[in-house]
Amino acid sequence: MSEPSQPLDLELDCRGLACPLPVIRLAQRIGEVPVGGLLGVAATDAAARVDVPAWCRMRQQEYVGERAAPDGVPVFVVRRLG
Amino acid sequence: MQTHEASLSLKQVTDSRRLSESTDVFRGWVGRRVSRVGRPYGSGVTDSPGAGAATAPRYLDAASSEPLHPAARETLLAALDHGYADPRRLHRAGRNARLLLDNAREVVAQCLGVRRDEVSFTASGTDAVHRGLLGLLRGRPHHGQRVVHSAVEHSAVLHAARWAQAPQAPPLSVGCDARGRVSPEDLAAAVAEAGGAAGVGAAALQAANHEVGTVQDVAGAAAALAELEVPLFVDACASMGRLPLPEGWATAAGSAHKWGGPAGVGVLLVRKGARWATPFPGDDRVDERAAGFENVPAALAAAAALQAVVAEREETAARQHALVARLRERVAAEVPDVEVVGDPDHRLPHVVTFSCLYVDGEALVTELDRAGFGVASGSACTASTLEPSHVLAAMGALTHGNVRVSLTRESTADDVDALMAVLPGVVASIRERLGA
Repeated sequence: MSEPSQPLDLELDCRGLACPLPVIRLAQRIGEVPVGGLLGVAATDAAARVDVPAWCRMRQQEYVGERAAPDGVPVFVVRRLG
Repeated sequence: MQTHEASLSLKQVTDSRRLSESTDVFRGWVGRRVSRVGRPYGSGVTDSPGAGAATAPRYLDAASSEPLHPAARETLLAALDHGYADPRRLHRAGRNARLLLDNAREVVAQCLGVRRDEVSFTASGTDAVHRGLLGLLRGRPHHGQRVVHSAVEHSAVLHAARWAQAPQAPPLSVGCDARGRVSPEDLAAAVAEAGGAAGVGAAALQAANHEVGTVQDVAGAAAALAELEVPLFVDACASMGRLPLPEGWATAAGSAHKWGGPAGVGVLLVRKGARWATPFPGDDRVDERAAGFENVPAALAAAAALQAVVAEREETAARQHALVARLRERVAAEVPDVEVVGDPDHRLPHVVTFSCLYVDGEALVTELDRAGFGVASGSACTASTLEPSHVLAAMGALTHGNVRVSLTRESTADDVDALMAVLPGVVASIRERLGA
C-alpha cells in the first residue's frame, strides 16, 4: 500500500458529475499516469465511493483509498497497476 | 379452504367494473399500450417468437410485485361481496366476514407450516416488518433496546431500527461477503460485543435478499443467537411462498403482493411463546397484533394465492432457477464489462442482478422499457433518495448500470431469449452516447 502522502500524478475534477461519468472519466484517463502512479477522482456523486473501488477490482487496478480535497470533496485514489 | 360461499355473485362485480370504466377512473392509465403486463392467464396464449417486443411488453419485475394470481383474482372478486362486514359483529354478515378471515388465517398457517394463532394480517409487508421487529423490543422493555441487523436488510428494517434507537444505542450493522451472504458468526459476534441480551433487544436477518436474491443462513444465525438469548426477526418478504420458511425466528414478516396476492396485505408471524408487545397504539379489533379495520377480501385472496403458489412451488422454482441460471450465463458471456452479482446457487429462484460498467441505470431501465422489458434497478439515479443501493454497496458491487430482472410465474425461455436479443445492443448504445 502507498504512503498516504504520496502525491497524485493526476487529479480529475468530477465534481457535479453523476454516475457513471466519474468512472468513465477514470477509465479514459488512467493511461495518462505511469504504472505505479496515482490518479485521484474528486467526485461529489455518492455512488463513486462504491464504484471506484468496484472498477479497480473489475479492471485489476489498485484502490488506494479516500482523501479529502481542500474544499472537503472526497478524492478517490487509484494506483495504476498496468 | 372454504371459499364455496365466496364463489357467488360474480355478476355484480362485473357490473361494477363496467361502471368504473365509464367514470374514467383509469384516466391516464397506460394499460392499452402495455396490455400484456397482465397476461391472459390460463388462456393458452403465448408469444410467437420474434413477434416484436414493442407490441408485447414483458414484465420482468416480479420481485417488486408479482402479477395477481388467477386464484387470488377469483377469490377477491367473490369475497368483495361477502367479506364487507365488520368481523367483530354478531350478525350474519359479520359472522360471514369473520369466517372468511379465519379461513384466510388457517390457510396461511398451513402453507407456512406455522400455528394459526401465530399468523396476523397487517396493512402491508412494511407494516409487518415494523411490527415484527419493534414488537420484540417492546416485548422485553427491561432488556437492551439496540437492534443488530445485517447491512443488506430491506430499507423497511433499517428505517424501523433507526426509528427505535435509544439515544446512546444506534443500530449496529453487520457486513456481508461479495455474494451478499451474512455470516451467522459475525452477527452473533456483533450481538455479543454489544452486550448480548443486556444490550440488544433484537437481531434482524432476512430470509433472502430482495435485490440480489442471495439466501441467508437463518437457521445458523438463529442457533447462534439462541445461545445469547436474543430474539431474531426474519424479513421473509422476498421469499415467502417461493421457498420454505426458515426456522428459528421469534417474529417474521411477509408481503402478499410479492407472491401474487393483492397489495395491502402483510403477514406478521409471532412465534408462540415469543415475548412480543404492540409497538404502536393498540386497536380493539379481531387481532390484537394488528390495527385498523380488517381487509377481509384481500386477506382471503392473499391466502388463496399463497395456497396456489405453494402447491406449484417445486415446479415453478425449478423452472425459474434454470431460466435464471441461463440468464446469468448469457449476460456474463454476451455483455462486455458486466458483473453478475449475488450467490449463483443459493438464491431466490426468480431473481438475477447485474451491473454494467460505464452505463447509467436510469437510461438502461428506460431503454429496456422502450424495447418492451419492465425491469428494476438499484442504481442511484433510479432511486428516490439518489443514493446507490445499500445492498450493492455492502457487497462492494458496482452500483451504476445496475439491473434486476425477476421472473413472474409465467415467464418463459422465450422471455429470457428476447431480453438477451436486445440487451447487448442497448448497453452498447448507452455507452456510445456517454462517450465510454
